[in-house]
Amino acid sequence: MKKDTKQIKGDRDIQLFIGSLLRWGVLLSMAVVIFGGIVYLYRHGQTTIDYSKFKGEPSLTSKFVDIIEGVFAFKGRAIIQLGIILLIATPIARVLTSAIGFVAEKDYLYVTITLVVLAIIMFSMLGGFGG
Amino acid sequence: MTVLVLTLIILVGAYVAGLVGSLTGLGGGVVIIPLLSILLHVNIHYAIGASLVSVIATSSGSAAAYVKEGITNMRLGMFLEIATTSGAITGAVLAKYLPVQYIAILFGVVLIFSAVTSLIKRADYIERKKSKPAEVLKLNGTYPSNGEPIAYNVTNVGGGFLMMILAGAMSGLLGIGSGALKVVAMDGIMRVPFKVSTTTSNFMIGVTAAASAVFYLQRGYIDPGLAMPVVIGVLLGAFTGSKILVHSQSKKLKYFFAIVVTVLAIQMIYKGISGTL
Repeated sequence: MKKDTKQIKGDRDIQLFIGSLLRWGVLLSMAVVIFGGIVYLYRHGQTTIDYSKFKGEPSLTSKFVDIIEGVFAFKGRAIIQLGIILLIATPIARVLTSAIGFVAEKDYLYVTITLVVLAIIMFSMLGGFGG
Repeated sequence: MTVLVLTLIILVGAYVAGLVGSLTGLGGGVVIIPLLSILLHVNIHYAIGASLVSVIATSSGSAAAYVKEGITNMRLGMFLEIATTSGAITGAVLAKYLPVQYIAILFGVVLIFSAVTSLIKRADYIERKKSKPAEVLKLNGTYPSNGEPIAYNVTNVGGGFLMMILAGAMSGLLGIGSGALKVVAMDGIMRVPFKVSTTTSNFMIGVTAAASAVFYLQRGYIDPGLAMPVVIGVLLGAFTGSKILVHSQSKKLKYFFAIVVTVLAIQMIYKGISGTL
């Protein structure tokens, strides 16, 4: 093996950090989802509901600004949705961390590859297909 | 049905789905979708949206453990994520235009394929041949086995990349992790040792699902009231499954679940063809 030991050690540090990032991201978002769920069930537990038809989502739970507003108004569904956004952000934060790690290792090929992945996700977010 | 009753039913169902998904290696998503759409008559778009969220949770949760063990090939994962995320977005856009019936039929087909591949014993193979693209992209690596690092090479990078675009598209279209297709790409085409391919595929699933989830969120496919019990249940079920797996690896159990999943898949296909979904 002539693989650079410095690179292996750098990889190891990033791996440990990414492991913690993923774990705490999942735990935090689950805590928010559970908290929102309790608020939602407490308020609307006895309402009847039907999911058999797709209604399109009210902006309370599909537009970021409205979700934040709903959270401050202490709306259960908005709090759950915030938790889900944190969950979606967790693997994206992982990609960002890898990019920083590759910069530290001066592995510019992989800095580029990581940025391409981030750009694709940004494209999905801002591409306006969602409307 | 009241919100409270439905939430409790889904919570239990999602727990079972997460457990079965973890024990069979199929993932929670492929089990929860037929459960929601066939048994509880949930609209398939909502079912897919909720499943996608649970896929991110289970994949990130288990990747956290795998990454620390140092088996995951992060460069290989990162490189192939270009394929899976662009595939995922294509799939998510398709989901908007494809009639619900076709989505159900396609789902059933992928489900049967996943059930069959979950039963095939995967050979542990170490590739010795060197390939130029793999060397340029630094995809070859080592993984620890009994304290010793084992070196392996990766071949057929282009073929694997193409297969990953398809896996990503299925993930974005059907709201699943599509682990079975990722295994085909990495084990079958790129000849990655299965310990490495299992953990690396799992590592990629979260980002792939996140890429289409941002789209699904804007589109209104992710309903918080539904996603909440699904994500909590599947995550707890998968966690329980990961603890059981260490103690027992019953072959009969695997066959039993594969049959159950196949029956669900046939029902999805039937409902799709008859238009009763």
